[in-house]
Amino acid sequence: MSLTQLHAPATAVERPRFRAWPELNNPAAWLVALILLIMPLIASGFFLIEIFGTTLILGIIALSLMFLAGYGGMVSLMQLTIAGFAGYMVAVFGVSGNANISLGWPWWLATPMALVLATIFGTLGGALAVRTEGIYTIMITLAIGAAFYYFTNQNWAIFNGHTGINTVATPHVLGIDWRSDIPFYYLILAVAALCYFAVQYVSRAPFGLALQGVRDNARRMAALGFNVNAHRVAAYAFASFIAGLGGVLQVWNYRQISPGSVGVERCIDILIIAVVGGITRPIGPFIGALIFVILRTFALDVLIKFGLDGNRFRLLIGLGFLAIVFWSSDGVIGLWERWRRRQARSPSSTAGSRHG
Amino acid sequence: MARFIERHPAWALIAIIAVALLLWLVFAVWPPGLEQAIGRKRVFLNAIFNGITLGGLYFLVASGFTLIFGLMRNVNLAHGSLYLFGGYVGYAISAWTGSWILSFVIAFLAVALVGVLLQILVFRRMEGQDLRQTMVTIGLAIVFADLMLWVFGGDFYQIQTPSWLVGPVQLPFITAVKSSGEPVYLQYPMVRLAIFVASVIIGIAMWLALNRTRIGMIVRAGVDDRDILAATGVQIQVVFVLVFALGAGLAGIAGVVGGTFQSISPGEDTRFLLASLVVVIVGGMGSIPGAALGAVIIGLAEQLGSVYIPTYAIVVTFLIMVLVLALRPQGLLARR
Repeated sequence: MSLTQLHAPATAVERPRFRAWPELNNPAAWLVALILLIMPLIASGFFLIEIFGTTLILGIIALSLMFLAGYGGMVSLMQLTIAGFAGYMVAVFGVSGNANISLGWPWWLATPMALVLATIFGTLGGALAVRTEGIYTIMITLAIGAAFYYFTNQNWAIFNGHTGINTVATPHVLGIDWRSDIPFYYLILAVAALCYFAVQYVSRAPFGLALQGVRDNARRMAALGFNVNAHRVAAYAFASFIAGLGGVLQVWNYRQISPGSVGVERCIDILIIAVVGGITRPIGPFIGALIFVILRTFALDVLIKFGLDGNRFRLLIGLGFLAIVFWSSDGVIGLWERWRRRQARSPSSTAGSRHG
Repeated sequence: MARFIERHPAWALIAIIAVALLLWLVFAVWPPGLEQAIGRKRVFLNAIFNGITLGGLYFLVASGFTLIFGLMRNVNLAHGSLYLFGGYVGYAISAWTGSWILSFVIAFLAVALVGVLLQILVFRRMEGQDLRQTMVTIGLAIVFADLMLWVFGGDFYQIQTPSWLVGPVQLPFITAVKSSGEPVYLQYPMVRLAIFVASVIIGIAMWLALNRTRIGMIVRAGVDDRDILAATGVQIQVVFVLVFALGAGLAGIAGVVGGTFQSISPGEDTRFLLASLVVVIVGGMGSIPGAALGAVIIGLAEQLGSVYIPTYAIVVTFLIMVLVLALRPQGLLARR
């Protein structure tokens, strides 16, 4: 904390600013940003939305889990539930094909409402989950997620039962249809970038540092005068807002929402994405999401090409997840960093001083 | 009990009134006004009985879950898969041999064997790493679910009830009085009662085994302090394997039970995982009596909820969990 306070007045100087945003120093990050920006020139409509758009949306939702798990030490399985709740709220307050349920508010009113409600929902869930510690969090959040799934399935008054809500309207602003491929891609990209840098910023802000202190030693932080539970609940609130953003984009993407989109498997998918990508860096969830989406989209064809049953996609995902959990506690990022360190060590003895 | 009344007189009073009211609702002949307000007594009694027998099934699933957690600190999120596997094995055996009892034995042994393999091959390697173990169980649940979908497909299976348990039985509970003054008694499926009695017997046997035998003493000591127990020279790994086998085997038996009075299909694993989670959160992690209490509460809440407020039934279950977490985060019957 003292470090950031020291650097705070020196923002005009270039070096500390680069230290605060390591991406600015990294040529690979600039390259990735450039590729993402010119993606509509490279990729066709299918790839743009089905692969990269979906990746970024799932990445945003998994990012909220990464924030909680990586910086707060709380593995929450309800992040997709919060996203789904936001999606449902967009459908309920906004315009959709189910006129008897949707209230028909304009998007600029329905979307903030959905985000606020999703944040409240996630914060309440978090307040419940922090009543107990550690491994219990996973159980309570899984129970919340599963309960929400069954609730949407059996409730017809608000959630329209197992058929869900269809043909959800998407915003048209400034004469642009924001659901047509290219504007929607840029919208997703902008939100994803915003969330990414927000998480990056918060992780270095006093709140984020205190949260990491709580993760490492809650009793010591309590002794130092920090309100441990308040920090945890605030972390849930922040993560819920991010998950809510992801959920709004998700419902605009598919234009419908049903209990299937908030099922327990989906909740666990988010955990898989975050863990496979790596939960120590905000970039991890996006890498995990890319791997997941590519596998989900192409596993069928590849499996059939090798003469195997194409329906065994989830088996592949499960085995891959098991392998990652067995061999790398830090997902793909961890594997890559370990490999780099070994490369750096073998030719010259200058070991990389990167934290890992 | 006496201490509880001394310490919380108000709560004890509320509990006693609630129990008395419940007993009156079960045994009395309902006045017409009440029947008009909340429906027929037969519906209510059926919901109560379904709730309690469902609680018996939940207890079978959740007791294994809570036992494994209590001793090994392993939140086994693949427990639902073990349940489903037990159900499929039971179905295969009963369809092949026609013997219902044999399907219990084989399902117990097969699922216990899976449990032994899991403990020896997987969980032993990552002892003390709670979160990693849990992640592994999530991965295993996905793999098991897909393997079972592969082998058994997406169909519903129902295990054949043996002929000596088919049909209803008359219970000495009056549901209504006919205009001729003749009382009408409750008819209830025999098989559900038999299964409930069996789960009570299993529960009592587990309690006796834990509290009255040497191996039970070792397990209880392990729940309290694993390291000291290992230091006294007990073969703790053997105890772990045995407990995991027992817990998994109970899930297998529960699978056969569930396959008999409901049905088994993909997705049931998640349902019963959720049920076990809620039951042990409510009852208290690692406590067998807690699992029993939680199972009955959740079973009743689910059945009464689905009869009286059908579209919000799951909310009742969930609210019970929230209430317990808010008032007593460690669970109703957990020590600590």
